[in-house]
Amino acid sequence: MAMDVNVQSTRTRQEKTIVARPTVHSSGIDPTLHRAERVSAGLWRDAARRLSRDRAAVAGLVVVAALVVVALLAPAIVPYDPIDQSFRIKLQAPSTEHLLGTDEFGRDVLSRILVGTRVALGVGIVPVAIALVIGVTLGLIAGYFGGGVDQVVMRVIDVLLAFPWLLLAIGIMAILGPGIQNVVIAVAIVYIPAFARIVRGSVLSIKEKEYVEAARAMGQPNTRIIVRHVLANAWAPIIVLATLSIGQAIIYAAGLSFIGLGTQPPDADWGVMLTSGREFLRDAPWLGFFPGLAILITVLAFNLFGDGLRDALDPRLR
Amino acid sequence: MTRYVTRRLLLAIPVLLGIMTAVFLMIQLIPGDPATAMAGDKGSVEQVARIREELGLNRPLPVQYAYFLKSAFTLNFGDSIRTNQPVAGELRQFFGATIELSLAALVIALVIGIPAGVIAATHRASALDYGTMIVALVGISTPVFWAGIVLIYILSFRLGLFPISGIIGTGIRLDRITDAYVLDSVLTGNWLAFRSSVHHLILPAFVLSTIPMAIIARMTRSSMLEVLGQDYLRTARAKGLEDRLVVIRHALKNALIPIVTAIGLQFGSLISGAFLTETVFGRPGLGRYVVQAIGARDYPAIQGTVLVVAVGFVLINLLVDVAYAAIDPRIHYA
Repeated sequence: MAMDVNVQSTRTRQEKTIVARPTVHSSGIDPTLHRAERVSAGLWRDAARRLSRDRAAVAGLVVVAALVVVALLAPAIVPYDPIDQSFRIKLQAPSTEHLLGTDEFGRDVLSRILVGTRVALGVGIVPVAIALVIGVTLGLIAGYFGGGVDQVVMRVIDVLLAFPWLLLAIGIMAILGPGIQNVVIAVAIVYIPAFARIVRGSVLSIKEKEYVEAARAMGQPNTRIIVRHVLANAWAPIIVLATLSIGQAIIYAAGLSFIGLGTQPPDADWGVMLTSGREFLRDAPWLGFFPGLAILITVLAFNLFGDGLRDALDPRLR
Repeated sequence: MTRYVTRRLLLAIPVLLGIMTAVFLMIQLIPGDPATAMAGDKGSVEQVARIREELGLNRPLPVQYAYFLKSAFTLNFGDSIRTNQPVAGELRQFFGATIELSLAALVIALVIGIPAGVIAATHRASALDYGTMIVALVGISTPVFWAGIVLIYILSFRLGLFPISGIIGTGIRLDRITDAYVLDSVLTGNWLAFRSSVHHLILPAFVLSTIPMAIIARMTRSSMLEVLGQDYLRTARAKGLEDRLVVIRHALKNALIPIVTAIGLQFGSLISGAFLTETVFGRPGLGRYVVQAIGARDYPAIQGTVLVVAVGFVLINLLVDVAYAAIDPRIHYA
């Protein structure tokens, strides 16, 4: 079993610790429909209550919400034009005029970080969303139908997992070429195996449950069973994995930008800003410090929330 | 046990073939003609023709695949566009340095991560526990390349404690055997080179160790908490064993098994992290090699590195799995 953290290793750790917790779930034919729905809603309500008591998780959520607001309002709240160059004021230390200093082209670092929030959230959320859709679909199909389909899907997943994440991303980017869209695609592919495996695992246990058997006996079509009964009961670990993956995806994307594969200048991107920060480290340490700090705060916020979510959805793991 | 090892070996074959196929497809999928891509922008007409011949590009695809497999097994990845040297030779030269950096980081992660996790677990819900876990979470959330930049600034530029970049002091002669600098200086008994290469290794290895260290600390804590609640530990305490002995001999020993798995899972991220760390610290190694190759659209070098590292990664995991089967008597592998 070969896997990789930060990328892959956390992935697996998550797969191990997040266990599907099927609940009695409503089916169209269930005579206890009303009660079943209450139980299901209860799981989420309980989780929400536990989550709201977890101060660290709430703090994470507040920071994430603040980042979303900043990303949405960035063009309106930046003090300066983030790509406006002015060599007269290049490499200025933080001051009241430029709170976080200026870069080697005289651009305002704070403005670039604020605008970069959009890219950062985008490269965190979009690849994970893509990976979730594709991975969950593959996992459902593999787990539910088993046999040859399962074999093919899982062998492809095994091969994807055989590449350390950066190598896989580099290989994909060698084909697609540099650029932020391609970073999104590469990071999405890196995450597909994690979702596929966790969903397949859940499906394997859920499909043996009586309510699935009952639905099948009633002659319900496979797609309906998968969506209404199997998927509905496999959501908890998927959501936790997604939340914890977003922070990591931001780090991966920044890493790809850092080695020159991501956002192309002059657009503002925290990873790219770190690259020039490294070049001017001796004379202008703020150039590299602040964008990295922004990454750390963002990733930490997602991780705090994700950890809290995991504890809330599965209290046994506390 | 033998049966398990054999089965595990057989299972690795389709994965290895899958890797080969993926890398083969990678070159096929690059927009434009593979031979032109492999020869680079400055490649001559003759070079393109020779590469076309070597790759069998005027043959049907399955034959091309066979050609590719043959060159992969003979480690013939062609010449680097950037340096004009055979890629296989360059990979061999950089392999040792990257492995040395990764292993050093793993050792640091274990030496700090395991005790930190044990302390957090034995002082559950105390300030010590919360503090350790907050540090661990920050560790997981910190990009290695940023940690590198910050530490270089503080420890190297400001305090002058460590060299700013490189792998060994300039002007120090070292006979290369394995191309792992610290190991080579030990093998040749060159103490000057040893001191210098260790000095150059400490900071990058520490930076690279932060994420695995944090993960190992978290794993150790939760694994220890699980074990500490077991009956046999109460028995051990009840029979009057010293607390420290109970924790180390009875609890940690059993808690270690999931930790060993976690360590096995760290290799992939270690290698990825090592690539970024080498870039930050300007250390020669596979990572810096492939990053430079990307900048130069040096496809033979990218292809060779991806293939060699992925295969190496599968083999390392194979070893970990086998070692795991050997140390854990409770699990029977069918």
